[in-house]
Amino acid sequence: MELINKMLDGDKRACARLISIVENDEKESEKLIKTIYKHTGKAHIIGITGPPGAGKSTLTDKYVKLLRKSDYKVGVIAVDPTSPYTGGAILGDRIRMNDLALDPGVFIRSMGTRGYLGGLAKATRNAVKILDASGCDYIIIETVGVGQSEVDIVKAADTVVLVMVPGLGDDIQSIKAGIMEIGDLFVVNKSDIFGAQRTATEINMMLDMSQDMDRRPPVVMVTANQNKNIEQMEQEIQKHYQYLVDNGLLEERRKKNIKRELLELVEEELKKLVIRETENNGELDSMTESLFNKETDPFTLRDVLLSRIK
Amino acid sequence: MDKPIRVLVAKPGLDGHDRGAKMIARALRDAGMEVIYTGLRQTPEQIVAAAIQEDVDIIGMSILSGAHNHLFPKVIGLLKEQDAEDIMVIAGGVIPEDDIPALKEAGVAAIFTPGALTTEIVQFIRDNVKR
Repeated sequence: MELINKMLDGDKRACARLISIVENDEKESEKLIKTIYKHTGKAHIIGITGPPGAGKSTLTDKYVKLLRKSDYKVGVIAVDPTSPYTGGAILGDRIRMNDLALDPGVFIRSMGTRGYLGGLAKATRNAVKILDASGCDYIIIETVGVGQSEVDIVKAADTVVLVMVPGLGDDIQSIKAGIMEIGDLFVVNKSDIFGAQRTATEINMMLDMSQDMDRRPPVVMVTANQNKNIEQMEQEIQKHYQYLVDNGLLEERRKKNIKRELLELVEEELKKLVIRETENNGELDSMTESLFNKETDPFTLRDVLLSRIK
Repeated sequence: MDKPIRVLVAKPGLDGHDRGAKMIARALRDAGMEVIYTGLRQTPEQIVAAAIQEDVDIIGMSILSGAHNHLFPKVIGLLKEQDAEDIMVIAGGVIPEDDIPALKEAGVAAIFTPGALTTEIVQFIRDNVKR
C-alpha cells in the first residue's frame, strides 16, 4: 500500500518495484491493478513499432527530449525479445536513451517479451497502467522489432507510429495486410540514405489506394540520429490525437481495447479453471486419448467442459 | 514462470572496450537472465538511475581504464544515498590484485579479472542474489 501511495506521487523506485510485481507475481498484480485502475486513463499512449534496426529507440529518445521541452512527464516502456530457449534476454533499448536516465521527468523501463508473441510483453499493458497512474502525460511503448504480423500494439496505444526504413523490399511489401494496416502515422527514418524518398512514395501510394479510410495517415520523413524533422512527427501525432478526440474516436478506441482486455482475462481464467478441473485427475489426458482415437471430437468435449463450469 | 534475475551491465568511465561486457551480457542471457545493457561511457549517476528504474537485482560493471578505485565506490555510494543498497554490485576488468581488498571493503561483492570463466560469474550471481 505504501508503495502504491509513493507511486501515485510519482516516486520512481516505487514505480519500478510495482512494474516488477506485474511482471512476476500474478496474485499481487491483481490486487495492485484493482487499487490503481481508477487512476488510469489520463495519459496519451503512443506506440512506436517497426522492423528491427529501424531506429525505434533512437526515435523514442529524440521524441522524449522534444516532449520534455514542454515539461511533459514521460514514461517509456521498451520491449525486447526473450529467448525461447533459455528465458534470458538482452534488453538493449536503453543504450539509445542514456541521456534520459537522469531526467527527473522521464521513467524508462525495459521488458522482455517472456514468451508473448504479439510484439509486447504480457505485462506491458499493466505496466502502462502504473505509469499512467503515476502521473505521466505521455507513455511511449516501443515494441520489439516486428515482422509482418505483430500487431498487439493497437490494443494498447491511442496512436501507433509505424517506423519504416529504406531497403526492406519493394512496393508489394507495403500493400500486404498486417503491420502496414496499423499505422496512424508512418515515419520513414534514416531519410538521409539512398532510397528513402522511394520508400516514402511507396507508402504514400499504398495509402492512396485505400478508398474507405476516414482519415488518411500521413507519412513523415525523419532522420532520428540527426534529430531531423522530429517536430513534424510530433505535430502529426498531436493532430491524430486531436482527430480522435474531435470525432469521439478516442473513447471508442479505448472502449474497444478495454473490452478486448476484459475478454482476454476471462479467456485466460476459464482456461486455468478447466485445466485445474481436469489435469490432476487425469481427465484431460483421457479426453486427449479419446480424441486421438477419434471416439469423439474437440467441439463436443469443449461443450462438455464448459457446461460443467456453468 | 520463475522470476528471471535482472542484471544491469554497464561500462562506466571513458575506455571504449566493450567486448568483455558484451561477452558477459551474452553469457548471462544464455543463463536465463534478463540483461539490461546500457553500453559505454556511463556516469555512476546514470548507472544508478537506470538500475533503479529497471529494478535490477544486480549491477555488473567493467572498467579497463584504471578508474575503478574512483568509479566503483561512487556507484555504491549513490545506491546507498538512494536507499537502494539492496542492489548487489559486481565488477570486472583490468583490476590490479592490490586494489581488490579496498574495493571489496567499499562494497563490491565480487571482482572478476581477466581469465575468469563466465560460468563462475553466472554461478556467483545465482548463489548470491537475494530472491
